Amino acid sequence: MKIENIINEIESVDPEIFERLDGRRNVMKNFARFSGKIALASLPVAFGSMLSKAYGSPSGTNDAITDVLNFALTLEYLESEFYKAGYAAGVAGTLAIPAGAPLNAIKTIRDHENAHVNFLKTAISSMGGTPVAFTAASFDFTAKGNFANVFTDYALFLAVAQTFEDTGVRAYKGQAGNLMSNNDVLTAALNIHSVEARHASHIRQMRKANGGLVPAGVNVKPWITLNQSGIGSTAVQASYNGEELTTQAMVSIINVGGFAISSSAASEAFDEPLTKEQVVAIVTPFFA
Amino acid sequence: MPTKKTIDGQSVAETEGNIKNLSRRNFLGYIGGASALLITAAACKKDDNSSNSGVNLGSGDPGILNYAYALEQIEAAFYTKVFESPFSGITASESALLGDIRDHEVAHREFFKAALAGGAIPALELDFASINFGSRDSVLATAKAFEDLGVSAYNGAGKLITSPDYLLLAGKIVSVEARHAAYIRDLIAPGTFADGLDANGLDMSRSPSEVFAIAGTYVKTKLNISNLPTT
Repeated sequence: MKIENIINEIESVDPEIFERLDGRRNVMKNFARFSGKIALASLPVAFGSMLSKAYGSPSGTNDAITDVLNFALTLEYLESEFYKAGYAAGVAGTLAIPAGAPLNAIKTIRDHENAHVNFLKTAISSMGGTPVAFTAASFDFTAKGNFANVFTDYALFLAVAQTFEDTGVRAYKGQAGNLMSNNDVLTAALNIHSVEARHASHIRQMRKANGGLVPAGVNVKPWITLNQSGIGSTAVQASYNGEELTTQAMVSIINVGGFAISSSAASEAFDEPLTKEQVVAIVTPFFA
Repeated sequence: MPTKKTIDGQSVAETEGNIKNLSRRNFLGYIGGASALLITAAACKKDDNSSNSGVNLGSGDPGILNYAYALEQIEAAFYTKVFESPFSGITASESALLGDIRDHEVAHREFFKAALAGGAIPALELDFASINFGSRDSVLATAKAFEDLGVSAYNGAGKLITSPDYLLLAGKIVSVEARHAAYIRDLIAPGTFADGLDANGLDMSRSPSEVFAIAGTYVKTKLNISNLPTT
């Protein structure tokens, strides 16, 4: 993965990235390496082993790894700030998240996304990279007015949440191959990837319980059926296109092995990756 | 190739390198043949001590595919039984979604069987005597254990895989297992979809030996995992 490509892609999301990141990049690099080494002493053992392994590899490899992690961090910021705002609106009563299990679930997911942000920030810094930084002001969760009521309309809030989670799963999946040079980072990324899938599963159950799925009669399940979103907006379709795949590594999954497997089940049984370019295009409208 | 494991002196790394270089179009067909060779070679190996006898999952990436195939056999057989003899009080929604999960696990199992072709391990003999299929609690507790185990198994297997294509395949499956796990957990106790994460919000990963230490309860067939990669 070329560094230039990544910076360019992040730039398409955040036009000021060069000023905020690239200018600082070289200046910060040595400092971050230095501070990263100091921080090592206080890190848990498993994480420390990841870092020592990272330090042992060529800096070029490290740059490629931290660039992937910065891409992941960008997505985690997006989710974290989204749930922070949603939960706050829920507590304030301006967003009608039912008290009890639904509100608790949003809080739980918010906390996980926040933990992922902190984990990735630490990982990137400690490997000598410079973590990207975003705040609530960095985002426009109405997606340029497409979802104007995202923090006042509970069904819409859940629809955007579902899209973020399903997109996050696909984004991590698409990057796994770029982390193969560092086993510990790869494992950490996989351990986040499956958490995003757990979130997606739960948000989807919340949407089913809440109703109002589009088109009428569509069934939203914990898993993705074909390329269906159950959301009445074409703006989210790019997050679902490609999920309808029913052939894996040249094996047709429909009725595979003579068992009755429908095309729906065949598509559900395998989640599909998205490229970084596809993910950037999907999330770009959500940046202010 | 950094790894140079040998089976009877034959370089597996070289074979894996060749697999990596194959075009996508051909590589699975090739893998079928290659893994058959590896497993044949492993089966001929006589110098193992007796504790390592049994069905040999093989080595390298084909070994990991057989490992996944073994786990999917367990899950698919379990949900097939669940669907054939539903627990008392099962709701229509539970029946529909547990039926979906059965289909997904059968699809995974049959996919690996087809992909491994001649290199696939045989059908395992399973033992579900400890599960009370009439009891909702027993079935869901077992389902939760299997799904969380599956997630941790695939997460832990990622670093053992050398082919990016296989890593992606594992990734395509593990997130579906995680969706299952979250659903089953929510059936048992709403809101517990991701309980059990560490302080960083990360899921668990397990090595093959850790996984079989747990899954072994349900497998009668003796499995030999001694040739699986460990790093």
